[in-house]
Amino acid sequence: MILSGHDLTIGYRDRVVGRHLDVALATGEVLALLGPNGGGKTTLLKTLLGLLAAQSGEVRLGDRPLDGYSSRERARLLAYVPQSHVLTFAFTVETVVLMGRTAHGNLFSRPTAADRAIAARMLERFGIAHLRDRPYTMISGGERQLVLLARALAQEPQFIVLDEPTASLDFGNQGKVMREIRTLAASGHGVLFTTHDPNHAMRAADRAYLLREGARIGEGATGTILGRVQLEALYGAPVELISDTNNGRTAFLPG
Amino acid sequence: MGRSYGLLIAFAVLIAGLLLAFTVGRFPVGLGDLLHLVIAKLTGRTPDVPAAVQNVIWLVRGPRVLAAALVGAALSVAGTAFQGLFRNPLVSPDLLGASSGAALGAVLGIYFSLGVLEIEALAFAGGLAAVAAVYLIGSAMSPRDPILVLVLTGVVIGALLGAGVGLLKYMADPYNQLPAMTFWLLGSLAATNVTDLVPLFGPVALGTLVLLALRWRMNVMALPDEEARALGVPTGALRIAIVVAATLVTSASVATAGVIGWVGLVVPHIARTLVGPDFARLIPAAALLGGGFLLVIDTLARTMTATEIPLGILTALVGTPFFIWLLASVSKTWA
Repeated sequence: MILSGHDLTIGYRDRVVGRHLDVALATGEVLALLGPNGGGKTTLLKTLLGLLAAQSGEVRLGDRPLDGYSSRERARLLAYVPQSHVLTFAFTVETVVLMGRTAHGNLFSRPTAADRAIAARMLERFGIAHLRDRPYTMISGGERQLVLLARALAQEPQFIVLDEPTASLDFGNQGKVMREIRTLAASGHGVLFTTHDPNHAMRAADRAYLLREGARIGEGATGTILGRVQLEALYGAPVELISDTNNGRTAFLPG
Repeated sequence: MGRSYGLLIAFAVLIAGLLLAFTVGRFPVGLGDLLHLVIAKLTGRTPDVPAAVQNVIWLVRGPRVLAAALVGAALSVAGTAFQGLFRNPLVSPDLLGASSGAALGAVLGIYFSLGVLEIEALAFAGGLAAVAAVYLIGSAMSPRDPILVLVLTGVVIGALLGAGVGLLKYMADPYNQLPAMTFWLLGSLAATNVTDLVPLFGPVALGTLVLLALRWRMNVMALPDEEARALGVPTGALRIAIVVAATLVTSASVATAGVIGWVGLVVPHIARTLVGPDFARLIPAAALLGGGFLLVIDTLARTMTATEIPLGILTALVGTPFFIWLLASVSKTWA
């Protein structure tokens, strides 16, 4: 299945953020969206998720336009992992993950035993089963991000879209989430994530999409498109490239 | 607090409130007589209880007890629903102006010397119209943050309606109409009879059923709007449904019993302490607890002094210190 945007003009009611954007993501691959702040990454993300209407152009999911799906049908195919945040009410971690099952019930349904089993599996998978009865508001930012990831997976989607998934994570958890993203792709999900760190894109993504000031300035396999020159053009700032002569692995540093 | 224990406690509070309300009063009814009567009614046998006692229970206290339980449950469920919808634990069912609109309707009815049923109908219509106005004005602005605009519009319209009530009180005949208006605005369930119950029951049952049916989705609605939509919940439509249901329930309650504040604000918090913030358990708990709570308050209202104390005064007197205590001790129930 393919999630794609065709000739999209994206933005909000009072301003246009990006024009003539084409982007595609297939199940089983990982696409990283890179670019400076204010460049339109989050706007593009939300447009692809159907949370923001495209001002022109079309988003397609599978063989239908995205707005041909009801929000319930869409939620069974597309899952959104926002940057972690604080909730008003102290729902337990289990309740938060169970919210991912909402689209699988009808309007008046409540979680079934099967839903709880799925939620439990997702908590196990991310190693946070011990947090099940803890209030979501009383766990760390990194743990919250994992809970949101578990919730997205509980939707049993085809695509998972993450907005800066490593933003509030410690160094160890950053690696964990990146490994998770690769596992998700290996198990057949399509993954799209925005990131400020080209190294994460190198590590976890198959392809990268470079977005600067609302325009695509590059797209391609991460091995080819992520080079020092392209990144300097993307961020408008010096970038250093360091490589390990032993295994040929490279990393980028802000210059 | 165990998951089922909280609901059991809420249920126990309701039963206690019912027993208290039926037995306590100027005409004391023994607990034994009450139980005999209930069992007789259920099994179809003739009860071994004096006719006077039966009259008190079925005709005098019965309708009043039922009204108190219904109004208490209704206001509590509406308050709980609004606290979730507006993502703010300090919200009450009056937020969108239902009480102010109903008050204006009732005061208009009293000013034009209409009958009791007409006054109640005007109050009910006033509550619905006020919230409809708030909703239409709020949505017409197509805001980025629909919740905030609804709240602000509700506050503004509520103030406007309050000014209308003040104006009518000022123009009213000070010997007959003004006392009636004041009494109505303070809230009371005195002289509730069976005919009052009929217009109360329909909207309350309908609204409460809708809110009960939607209670799992209220959890999701408490998330930021985009997240809720991404999880497959049609937030715009559900927001309307919840507001309509809560307004039906609040308007019917205010039309029957006058303006009774604090119940819709305090009871959801007590319920949250008992069963946690999950709306799937919170809504039923609030209904049970609210019914019991208002039954106790109403019993106090009619037995504490020689003349009845208006309900609105008692709920404020009891509710305020209770709320301060809640704030001080259980602040972990919200972030």
